[in-house]
Amino acid sequence: MSSESDSKMITVDATEAVAMVAHKTNEVIAIYPITPSTPMGEFSDQWSAQKKPNIWGTVPLVMELQSEGGASGTVHGSLQTGALTTTFTCSQGLLLMIPNMYKIAGELTSTVFHVSARSLAAQGLSIYGDHQDVMAVRQTGWAMLASNSVQEAHDFALISQAATLESRVPFVHFFDGFRTSHEINKILPLSDDQIRQFVPADLVAAHRRRGFSSERPFIRGTAQNPDTYFQGRESSNLFYMAIPGIVQKWMDTFAGLTGRQYRLYDYFGAPDADRVVVLMGSAVETAEETAKALNAKGEKVGVLAVRMFRPFDATLFVNAIPASVKRVAVLDRTKEPGSAGEPLYQDVVTAISELGRSFEIVTAGRYGLSSKEFTPAMAKAVFDDLKSPSPKRHFTVGINDDLTHLSLSYDPSFNVEDAKSVRCLFFGVGSDGTVGANKNSIKIIGEETDNHAQGYFFYDSKKSGGLTVSHLRFGPNPIRAPYLIEHASFVACHAESFLEKVEMLKYAAPGAVFLLNTTWNKDQIWAKLPREVQEQIIGKSLKFYVIDAYQVAKDTGMGNRTNTVMQTCFFAISGVLPADEAIAQIKKAIKKTYGKRGEAVVQQNFLAVDKSVENLFQVSCPGHVTADHSRPNPVPASAPEFIQNVIGPMIAFRGDDLAVSAVPVDGTFPSGTTKYEKRNFALEIPDWDPSICIQCNKCAFVCPHAVIRPKLSTPENLAAAPEGFKHVPAKFFKEYPGTEYVLQVSPEDCTGCGICIEACPARDKTNSSRRAINLVPVQSVLDRDKANWDYFLKLPEVDRTTVVPNNVKNSQLLQPLFEFSGACAGCGETPYVKLLTQMFGDRAHIANATGCSSIYGGNLPTTPYTTNAQGRGPAWSNSLFEDNAEFGLGFRLALDQKEGYAKELLKKFSDVLGDELVTAILEADQKTEKGLAEQRLRVELVKSKLATDTSPGARDLVELAETLVKRSVWILGGDGWAYDIGYGGLDHVLSTGRNVNVLVLDTEVYSNTGGQASKSTPIGAVAKFAATGKGFPKKDLGLIAQAYGYVYVARIAMGANDAQTVRAFQEAEAYDGPSLIIAYSHCIAHGFALERGLEQQKLAVQSGHWPLYRYNPELVVAGNNGFQLDSKEPSIELEKYVYNETRYKMLLAQDKPRAEMLLGQAKAGIASRWTQLQYLAAQNKDAN
Amino acid sequence: MADLSTSYLGLKLANPLVASASPISKRIDNVKKLEAAGIGAVVVYSLFEEQINHEQQERDHFLTKATNMHPEALDYFPDLGHYNLEPDQYLAHLSAVKKAVGIPVIGSLNGVTRGGWTEWAHRIEQAGVDALELNLYSIPVNTSATGAGVEAQAVDLVGDVVSKVKIPVAVKLSPYYSSLPNMVRRFGEAGAKAVVLFNRFLQPDLDPENLAVVSTARLSDSGDLAFPLRWTAILHGKVSPEIALSGGVHTGRDLLKSLLAGAQVGQIASEILVNGTDRVREVLRDLGDWMDENEYLSVDQLRGSMSQRKVVDSAAFERAQYMRALVSLDDRFI
Repeated sequence: MSSESDSKMITVDATEAVAMVAHKTNEVIAIYPITPSTPMGEFSDQWSAQKKPNIWGTVPLVMELQSEGGASGTVHGSLQTGALTTTFTCSQGLLLMIPNMYKIAGELTSTVFHVSARSLAAQGLSIYGDHQDVMAVRQTGWAMLASNSVQEAHDFALISQAATLESRVPFVHFFDGFRTSHEINKILPLSDDQIRQFVPADLVAAHRRRGFSSERPFIRGTAQNPDTYFQGRESSNLFYMAIPGIVQKWMDTFAGLTGRQYRLYDYFGAPDADRVVVLMGSAVETAEETAKALNAKGEKVGVLAVRMFRPFDATLFVNAIPASVKRVAVLDRTKEPGSAGEPLYQDVVTAISELGRSFEIVTAGRYGLSSKEFTPAMAKAVFDDLKSPSPKRHFTVGINDDLTHLSLSYDPSFNVEDAKSVRCLFFGVGSDGTVGANKNSIKIIGEETDNHAQGYFFYDSKKSGGLTVSHLRFGPNPIRAPYLIEHASFVACHAESFLEKVEMLKYAAPGAVFLLNTTWNKDQIWAKLPREVQEQIIGKSLKFYVIDAYQVAKDTGMGNRTNTVMQTCFFAISGVLPADEAIAQIKKAIKKTYGKRGEAVVQQNFLAVDKSVENLFQVSCPGHVTADHSRPNPVPASAPEFIQNVIGPMIAFRGDDLAVSAVPVDGTFPSGTTKYEKRNFALEIPDWDPSICIQCNKCAFVCPHAVIRPKLSTPENLAAAPEGFKHVPAKFFKEYPGTEYVLQVSPEDCTGCGICIEACPARDKTNSSRRAINLVPVQSVLDRDKANWDYFLKLPEVDRTTVVPNNVKNSQLLQPLFEFSGACAGCGETPYVKLLTQMFGDRAHIANATGCSSIYGGNLPTTPYTTNAQGRGPAWSNSLFEDNAEFGLGFRLALDQKEGYAKELLKKFSDVLGDELVTAILEADQKTEKGLAEQRLRVELVKSKLATDTSPGARDLVELAETLVKRSVWILGGDGWAYDIGYGGLDHVLSTGRNVNVLVLDTEVYSNTGGQASKSTPIGAVAKFAATGKGFPKKDLGLIAQAYGYVYVARIAMGANDAQTVRAFQEAEAYDGPSLIIAYSHCIAHGFALERGLEQQKLAVQSGHWPLYRYNPELVVAGNNGFQLDSKEPSIELEKYVYNETRYKMLLAQDKPRAEMLLGQAKAGIASRWTQLQYLAAQNKDAN
Repeated sequence: MADLSTSYLGLKLANPLVASASPISKRIDNVKKLEAAGIGAVVVYSLFEEQINHEQQERDHFLTKATNMHPEALDYFPDLGHYNLEPDQYLAHLSAVKKAVGIPVIGSLNGVTRGGWTEWAHRIEQAGVDALELNLYSIPVNTSATGAGVEAQAVDLVGDVVSKVKIPVAVKLSPYYSSLPNMVRRFGEAGAKAVVLFNRFLQPDLDPENLAVVSTARLSDSGDLAFPLRWTAILHGKVSPEIALSGGVHTGRDLLKSLLAGAQVGQIASEILVNGTDRVREVLRDLGDWMDENEYLSVDQLRGSMSQRKVVDSAAFERAQYMRALVSLDDRFI
């Protein structure tokens, strides 16, 4: 038996801990990325790419599929062919595997699926953790083991592997998504020798023999009839009955090897407890630690952890409850609306009933959905409620249910933190490297000292300028605290703007250290602090330190990454380690982390370490509050009530405090809420110089965030403009004589990405570095531009009916109805989405596939799709990842059906409405904005004429008349959806001939889940699951769709040809049939400076990688060839495009011969495709 | 047949024609062709200080830039551990070149500041090369930097690099020093065994259509020879480092002039980039033919025989020659 002292402990999260075992004990791994299980597949792929062998000495084969459905089918096939096979998934992904799970279980096939349990998409999607997904597969015939911590996840990955091989029943091994999957903790890893003992050769051989072979054929997978199907289902009973014994046997064997003893139903607490809480997952540790604290105060309580949920062994379970227990509470981390109780509760009640045990009461509680916190205070509330005279039979805990009054109240000050632990909170900006540095600190302390360490990281939902909160615990004892820190001994704020937004010091314990990164020095800072911050510092006697990490980082060549500086300060003043030792350890860690990236990177970080301490100062705080301002409200006072009361607290990270009644019942939220969330995180923003400007509107066209906008205004409307409001005669808009041209930036919404500057074609004649817009420090123009922006918004929009949006310049006179999204600064997708809303937004219905575009498009607290002055705007929804095309088709069918019915009714009521009106509506030309506006007027006339008619038909027509105005159905998604998981549906929807418009935002990689290869990934590009560079060319989705002949297809890249982009949108929408636009979207996952995104797009086209074309079936109908090639013959070498990007360059660095080989193939592919395109384009001439 | 063999940096060379650092040495088969054509030695293309530092920093920047920003995408690229950085590939290339040919192989390091990157001199040595050429490429743009300061930095850098290796070091330098002879002497005192006259700066050009600065690489021609030839003649015999003449050597006659002025070797690049490696054979044949016709027995006999110290009209290399050139112009145009 080994002990902790003679083995090297490691600090890892559960995804890595689980993958370590799975990769060692399997031969085939088929996966599909889904948060938060993705890293398990990525680790496996990475290790296989590095040729790390499994315990048999061979490297497992890892393959990414097109969906979880596909992954489970491949797993099924591999298992049936006798290979040890696994996968990792969760949430909707697990649901997509259900059909195969029935098959795999029905065929008694040994495998383990490792599931980082996650919420399901219901009233809204959530990537966070609970047990809804695993509870949705409890009926499939799989055994289910729950692990409760990082160490347990590592251990149970192996125990379940042994148990499945012996029992033949497949296992779901699950652990809490994020809370366990992404918690870093110190664990004792299993050695290969230990692992080997859990995959006995005879069981492996038996598994292989059960697989198919044409050498000894049999048939499995038959269709069965009523005569035997039922018996067949019952014939496997004995296998299920054997499982508890088998699992416990392996748990005992495991204990013998490692000293870690587990039981199927593990009881912790007082042997003579009167109250017991039953639960599974990470909350077990919280409940245990709470029980310990309560028992120490004389109470008698216990916790019964359910480790094996399926099969549920009633006898073992009931016998695990001490005889003294009178009251039981069962906690489920899931929700089954309408059920008699959640699954664990129902099983417990059934078991108790069958075994004849009686208790005074068995209560049922729900907790922790979507990673809602479950703290010791909440656990105590459950124990407390059990001892009340009348416990709640059904309850919730962790929320305030003011609607059905099910929730238990709790005392948040209750605290069971280990007094010997150091608890640290870090509030960082997404891009400043705080989380990475903290992960490093955990490694330093966890692996280089005897201390235990734990790290958990919170991220807000923004992809740029977002907040990260790192929760780190260190101490001499094992850390069993799977909940966020609320009593911190160290709080660091890495960006001073957060002081105005987040109540971070409420988490500081009295006497804690508070470290602030600020540009103000130690003598200036006090006066700058909001009142609430000063009160906390004084009230809690905090030790307050400041550093200007921005300056230190800049001086040491670290750019805007302040991580190393702040990490050094943390070690210098937190007292976790002696300062000298800590500095030495930081440098050692830097060497380890960055060494592989080169000595220059190491030296740069060393310099930053050395310069940090000398720039760290303690602030001498006065004994009283002197602040002249309070923390501002998160939304303006003028915002609507719902925004004030619900969205505001969510923006301020106080959403947990919202009561149940405050939250919409069906997931419906108002549109256009990003405008209330002023994020103010750009350091530099564009400033307009009207004297240079040529009024081309290209800056507005490319702006990913809709923060730079033009308007044409009458001089009268500008009379009351604030001082410094810029405008010039609109001399480039001859069709609007006498108007003034205004170009205004929203300073509080701009991300400072700089892409507009790159797009500006106008230069100062006397200084070639100056353009018509130039980046300036935000503080130099903030006050002026805030006032100007407010005034700008009040200026009337240009009348849509006067705009012919057939070019870039005119398109930007239309109001964007997609603004201020949380996309990455410089995003390549959002300019297309914005353009869509400008051209068609006031009548658009948008179906959005899950992915980046659904996250920046629909992730709370605020969302970017907005409305115009008439209250119209895009109707937006997200169904799932895989079904988006079908979802959008549903929009179309409903609209068509309603429109058809409305037209029938129009004719029916023609005597009331008048033939002239009816005919005008039925024959309306709605191809122009003028035509649309006229139709809207006619519709209003219909409504008014029928206003008093109470007949059913009239009421229906009034209701449905709006559908007589042409609607524009758009189906949006990324290449992961269109090329992979949603391709089958997309293909079918295009084939229907219905009038839908598909916009594929093609980043050539799964961007949202972190850069996994899709079928759009180009040959030679490195991506996850294509770590050695993708070996095959990207799928040509455009030409495949074009083959139908009746699908409009356009391949566009706005950076290369913005006019073609506008034309493509116009033509696609005008075409009365299916349209497909494939838009080149530069992406942070390409690894280059995004402000150069437009230039990269141009190079992509010039090199032939991304030829531009349009195929318009209307031209074919007219007797012409519809294919139009919009780009010129490749004119630059492919290297000039690809080697600007890390995704290609890193292959050069890893494997130059392969990079060169793939580059050669890519060039050959470009040449042959160009020939093909030229051929298609040449048909034009013949036809004409 | 005249004896073309000579030495350079203490290395034995079959002849005094050396391929200077250029892209031609990026391919091993090109170096083999040069050897087959009879080249005396080859200087492999340069490893730049910027490559060592900036490439690492750039990759690190883009690999870590977007990490740990969003719960669904904690990073965007697979981490395969070690990256073969361009400098690593350069070292591997040097080793491969050295293995592939029998002629002396000289590594080349191009930089200007003292710092961690000079460690690469040692690594280049370990790659097995016979000597190192240090290319000092400096454009001092800081108005507060003095000439003396810039010079001291260069000398310190040479000393720093020399101290890191046991193989001989040549310094390829710019002509833009206030006192070139003094600088060459100081480089010699700092340990340089040879100086290469001169490096050729890539000159930026302007693109009026796009209002952009573009880089251009202009190749030399024989007309460029006069400038280094003059300085070779002036310095020969006055300073301890050997002199390699670089820039303008295109023909056997150019190489001959270089040797007459006092160069230990002549370096060639543009000619073979444009007209191929076979030109090496022709240049050497022309040199040999001239020597045979004029009954010179060896290049050692030839070398420096027309340096400033050994010509009748030594002032010709100074201002007086300038006066004469102007007069000759007058003769032509008047």
